[in-house]
Amino acid sequence: MPDTGHRQQETAPVERRIDAIEAIFEARGMNARAAIEEFEHTIEEKWLPENGARVVAKAWTDPAFKKRLMENGRAAVGELGLTMPPHHRHLIVKENTATLQNVICCTLCSCTAFTIIGLPPDWYKELEYRARVVRQSRTVLKEMGLDLPESVDIRVWDTTADTRYMILPERPARTAGWSEEQLAAIVTKDAMIGVARLA
Amino acid sequence: MDGVHDMGGRQGFGRVRHKPKAETFHAPWEKRVNALYSLAVKHGIYNMDEYRHAIERMEPRHYLSASYYERSLTSLATLCIEKGVFTQDELERRAGGTVPLSLPAAPGRPNVATRQKYKIGDRVRVRTEHVPGHVRAPGYIRGKTGIVVDITPAYPFPDAHAHGIHAEDEPTYDVRFRTEELWPGSADRAEVHVGVFESYLEPAA
Repeated sequence: MPDTGHRQQETAPVERRIDAIEAIFEARGMNARAAIEEFEHTIEEKWLPENGARVVAKAWTDPAFKKRLMENGRAAVGELGLTMPPHHRHLIVKENTATLQNVICCTLCSCTAFTIIGLPPDWYKELEYRARVVRQSRTVLKEMGLDLPESVDIRVWDTTADTRYMILPERPARTAGWSEEQLAAIVTKDAMIGVARLA
Repeated sequence: MDGVHDMGGRQGFGRVRHKPKAETFHAPWEKRVNALYSLAVKHGIYNMDEYRHAIERMEPRHYLSASYYERSLTSLATLCIEKGVFTQDELERRAGGTVPLSLPAAPGRPNVATRQKYKIGDRVRVRTEHVPGHVRAPGYIRGKTGIVVDITPAYPFPDAHAHGIHAEDEPTYDVRFRTEELWPGSADRAEVHVGVFESYLEPAA
């Protein structure tokens, strides 16, 4: 290898790279440390799948709310005190039934309605899910533990604009007479993404 | 751009590494990345379209091997340098090593002047266009025909908004495609719905 006269520098580890940006932001008066603490609080206390679970439970028990939710998701979740970032201008809710499975994805990056259904799980952001779920939906769902009969149609929703989607899962038959709180407790993030059904 | 980020329909990938109640974050530094790229947006250093495009501009081998949060971090570092918040030299000095950055952007484009409105039920075709800059039409729908099933409120046109060009808001259409049309004889039977900006569409007979 020719000696260029420069000492070859190593690539900085990711932790050192974000340390550096944090320190520069702090030095520029951007309050980086406070922003990180606020973010950590927000993801632990606010952007939780329990939000979406409340929305689902209310839709299952209140037909008038469900109608409003299907017509204007953003306004309806607002009734429950839930908000979305300004650039998420629209929330579309898709209902799963005995013969229809809706599934959401983002093939270009990893967009989700994170303030409602919670931040996306790791696998949602991985290359395998992004590449395969649009083309091999039934196979991918089966590999993920959801083996759908051919009688169930599949609709995949690719989040390519700033419209956000959430899935209204099918209510399990065994839950007749349950309270909203009991119902919300069985609703999972996976079911609101559409890769699982509730039993 | 026809980048490696445009993953939809690519073959050769294995099983999704799924487990129930999967985590979002796996290390504390990932939360700091998320917090600081959001902080930069709040400070108006860049918008979300610029942020997404800077991820797409990563050197392809780096993109494919980096974790999700390393991609976020690379976009944040690249845009702060391009926008003059700090220099690469200052960043690397503080980081104690080199910091891999995204490659420079190709030019963007304004809203398409000949775009037109559609209504629910219209048959539309995705224009056969090869855009060098940011674009939110995934490659797998290019030239394909579908049906408008929903119209959503207008958003800034990303092909312009990611490049500092004046972006008019335009509607997006939820367009229903059939996998038989997208990948004939080579896909599971399903409908795929994509949110498509008006500028990407033309009427189909």
